[in-house]
Amino acid sequence: MRERVVVRIESGDFDPGAEFRLLCERTAGAGGIGSFVGIVRGEAGGRAITAMTLEHYPAMTERAVRAIAEEAQRRWGLLGATVVHRVGRLVPGEQIVLVMAAAAHREPALAATSFLIDWLKTKAPFWKKEHFADGTAAWVAAQAADEAAAARWR
Amino acid sequence: MRLLYFAWLRERLGRAEEEIALPSSVRTVGELMTWLGKREVPGGALFGESGVIRAAVNQELVGPETRLREGDEVAFFPPMTGG
Repeated sequence: MRERVVVRIESGDFDPGAEFRLLCERTAGAGGIGSFVGIVRGEAGGRAITAMTLEHYPAMTERAVRAIAEEAQRRWGLLGATVVHRVGRLVPGEQIVLVMAAAAHREPALAATSFLIDWLKTKAPFWKKEHFADGTAAWVAAQAADEAAAARWR
Repeated sequence: MRLLYFAWLRERLGRAEEEIALPSSVRTVGELMTWLGKREVPGGALFGESGVIRAAVNQELVGPETRLREGDEVAFFPPMTGG
């Protein structure tokens, strides 16, 4: 049986088109696929960013992300889901995360996509550090808005 | 017991991990945080600031009431900021 949930944590870039085609192939009969690609922004709070470093907890990360994807699969009866999250050093404009959810209809596909990115932000062991043009760096503070977005799926 | 630290907690403590002998008075994650918060080490007081530091035991997110066992891998870290 083909895997419903595909999760990868990696430092290299990903190809959303290739991931989309792979998800299509393993979810024949899906009526729609929702997707989200996160991209590193070039500024934070009005300050130019030169790079972002994503730290993670290697022994825990894949398991935690897989649990989130399997939760989405159960809640919305997804035919398949793909989550790719990058770690390490990234520069503005680079892709950082991909989530895709395949379902019979658009509503579960779109809802599951929102759920996946909301929970990835607050429940998977990743921490972002921003490096600024003046040579300083700062850890990204957890946002109350992100906690609230994750909480609406309880 | 093996302790792991991540992100700014790792930087403030000046170490990514350490081995500790668990005092017999410490039975839960919350009690371990209280005990760690009393140590005279750089950044130690961060453990006393309730509600900030999150914990995982054997790679699972847990609350302060979670019981500890010898041999557990316990990780402490700030709120997560992925995605």
